[in-house]
Amino acid sequence: MKRFAALIDRLIYTRSRNTKLALIADYLRHTPDPDRGWAIAALTETLDFPAVKSAMVRALLATRVDEELFRLSRHFVGDTAETAALLWPDPKPQTRADSSVSEAVDILSAATRADAPLALAGLLDRLDAEGRYALLKLALGGMRVGVSARLAKQAFAQAFDVPVDDVEEVWHAIPPPYAPIFAWGEGRAARPDLADIPFFRPFMLAHPLEAESVDLSDYAAEWKWDGIRVQIVHGGGETRIYSRGGEEISAAFPELVAAFDQDAVIDGELLVRGDAQGGEAASFNVLQQRLGRKTVSKKMLAESPAFVRVYDLLALDGTDLRGLPWQERRHRLEAFVPRLTASHFDLSQVIDAGDWNDLATRRAGARDVAIEGVMLKRRDAPYVPGRRAGLWYKWKRDPLTADCVMMYAQRGNGRRASFYSDYTFGCWNDAGELLPVGKAYSGFTDEELKWLDNFVRNHTIARFGPVREVEKMLVLEVVFDSIHLSKRHKSGLAMRFPRILRIRRDKPAEEADRLATLHAMAT
Amino acid sequence: MVRAKTTSWIEPHPQGLYVRPADLWIDPSQPVERAVVTHGHADHARSGHASVFATPETLAIMALRYGVDAGASHNAAFAYRDGFERGGVRFTFHPAGHVLGSAQIAMDHAGERIVVTGDYKRRPDPTCAPFEVVPCDIFVTEATFGLPVFRHPPTADEVAKLIAAVRAEPERCILVGAYALGKAQRVIAELRAAGWDAPIFIHGALERMCALYVEHGVELGELRLVGETEKDAMRGQIVLAPPSALNDRWSRRLPDPVTAMASGWMRVRQRARQRMVELPLVISDHADWDELTATIAEVNPKESWITHGSEEGLLRWCELNQRKARALHLVGRDLEEEA
Repeated sequence: MKRFAALIDRLIYTRSRNTKLALIADYLRHTPDPDRGWAIAALTETLDFPAVKSAMVRALLATRVDEELFRLSRHFVGDTAETAALLWPDPKPQTRADSSVSEAVDILSAATRADAPLALAGLLDRLDAEGRYALLKLALGGMRVGVSARLAKQAFAQAFDVPVDDVEEVWHAIPPPYAPIFAWGEGRAARPDLADIPFFRPFMLAHPLEAESVDLSDYAAEWKWDGIRVQIVHGGGETRIYSRGGEEISAAFPELVAAFDQDAVIDGELLVRGDAQGGEAASFNVLQQRLGRKTVSKKMLAESPAFVRVYDLLALDGTDLRGLPWQERRHRLEAFVPRLTASHFDLSQVIDAGDWNDLATRRAGARDVAIEGVMLKRRDAPYVPGRRAGLWYKWKRDPLTADCVMMYAQRGNGRRASFYSDYTFGCWNDAGELLPVGKAYSGFTDEELKWLDNFVRNHTIARFGPVREVEKMLVLEVVFDSIHLSKRHKSGLAMRFPRILRIRRDKPAEEADRLATLHAMAT
Repeated sequence: MVRAKTTSWIEPHPQGLYVRPADLWIDPSQPVERAVVTHGHADHARSGHASVFATPETLAIMALRYGVDAGASHNAAFAYRDGFERGGVRFTFHPAGHVLGSAQIAMDHAGERIVVTGDYKRRPDPTCAPFEVVPCDIFVTEATFGLPVFRHPPTADEVAKLIAAVRAEPERCILVGAYALGKAQRVIAELRAAGWDAPIFIHGALERMCALYVEHGVELGELRLVGETEKDAMRGQIVLAPPSALNDRWSRRLPDPVTAMASGWMRVRQRARQRMVELPLVISDHADWDELTATIAEVNPKESWITHGSEEGLLRWCELNQRKARALHLVGRDLEEEA
């Protein structure tokens, strides 16, 4: 537990992604099975011990620590696991004995609700405060060390010098503690056999289109949908939904899991049906409310039903189709989609453009809320992981711009910790008040950042914790992909991907845009 | 000592403790005629008092910080175990182990003894005299870390962590946030004790206080100013600055610093994260929970008065241990940065 505890502590305080990767890779290389497998499962929040929950830990603490002192401490610390770790009495030097991560996992998973408190107490009694923190985080979840499944897989690839795409595929196929994956990583065994397992295939990704045009006889055009990219996999009688990073999100969309009953693997865009659009896809904001849930209420299922607009077929009836050209896969896809439940799955249409100008016109005229632009896919390209030059392009709708006034600024993270680099900006309403419409922290050069940082420091009129309110005098030209109506914001608007295009020192704040102008852009 | 009735000669007010027979305040937060000052931190030592009674070191610190005239006849300096009498109250200064010159104030009057600790700690500190247990009837104690989650690890372990971190990344420097009075000098002295004999680089705001410590016989070794040093010369080195400078523009002159912070608050991970600290060092000049409770048990007063910090936690401990206690709710005692 000592090594695992030290790893967690380093990860908590490290903000650099590369350092995190190096720390995890080092841990994986130097820790034996099955500890390293359990550890990585704990870091990525894939462990669950039904018998060990917060309430149980609080009750257990009450047997060792005064309840009132626990309550006061919990209030100060703000986290049950950390409070309990700090309050649990230290072991006497002679009873201190490091337990392995796997021993803890074995004991906790074997425990029933009745004997879990005793089992946990037995483990806590042997550990120091850092070890107790690691144990309780492992048992309760909520690690909060900023390690996604994707990062963990990259760390594995880095540790054993294997392609991350191969790691992606085997990762979800093998349950923790992943011993066969480590054996393969260390060259002691062949790659695990994935037959009958609904495993994740790394996505094929697109480059932004930079050329003026492409030849439409080589490339097919499809709409680029503003939802979330998903892969639905059926194998061995089980259906799983994976998101971009290979994270499993099946639990958030039970209706899709239930509806997908074909032995196939599809790639598509997950969208939510919106009323305002007459049953078409709703804006990304609506979809966001369904993301990240572990359980979904009936109300939510009824109000925001999810569906998938399918655009690729990666496997069918046990055959891997990824080596086939897009054109071939497309034929099979068109024949396949009617086999799926129509209410939950439809086909993403190929845009039947006469020529490039026609496509450009259609792209410019697309007013559908869920259209982000156009995808261009090389007709003869196989489905390959990652971004490969010349195969897929995304041609986003031209971004929108608005002149806004800086209202608040906040310091950044990491390298930018000493700079006011996050800016909230607003536009004028009819009453002549500024209302915030968005927040941006990119789009400027290092030189411009220095200038902006100075501006904030010299024009601060109020401070709210880490936030500074500035004099409303600086106009920022902001560029954003789209803008949507939103009840959560006072201005009634929410921007997608806003960033700073230009600092308009020449423009008086009164001449910045009105809210009404932005409302007219909303989709 | 004869058991006196509940005392009425010392009065807690939000702005400090008033000793009525002597017409004198202890650590008042506003200017008064006569002030006894326990130590030089800004939440205890304020400028503007007509007369200050303190240890020579505290007066020297107040002279440096507020321009108090340490040698003037209206101020008076007392060595440890020395003191004065006024209005039938005998005042004696005893070491508190908090920072250079820090003192507990023992007061004897009408057969009763009251001890005011100011801020204190119990573990060894190479920069100041160790806390002295003074038996008394009423023990007026701080409670900055008055919750059982606060248990400071051995200082040597934390210093070893700092040295290991700087050796692990010789291309970077470690920037340690440490309060300018007390913590900074203690961290330096502890580094020296652990064998770190390279120059230590300091922020300009620490310079004069470090010099004052050296004048009072505390060995700090070679110190250099960051402002007078090339960036590359600080690679693989330790830099000290006040906590407010950690994420400020000043830090841009350092070679890719790892941000560290020396404070008892670093015990709580989310606190350290909020401060964007990468290397938390649990080094405090305040008593931790075990020190607070052990001190009350050792002093064994008839009653404990708790001045500032997590009063509720320490009150609860007193209740559980059948010890009489009350909270005083003094204002302005919240030097978060200094703990």
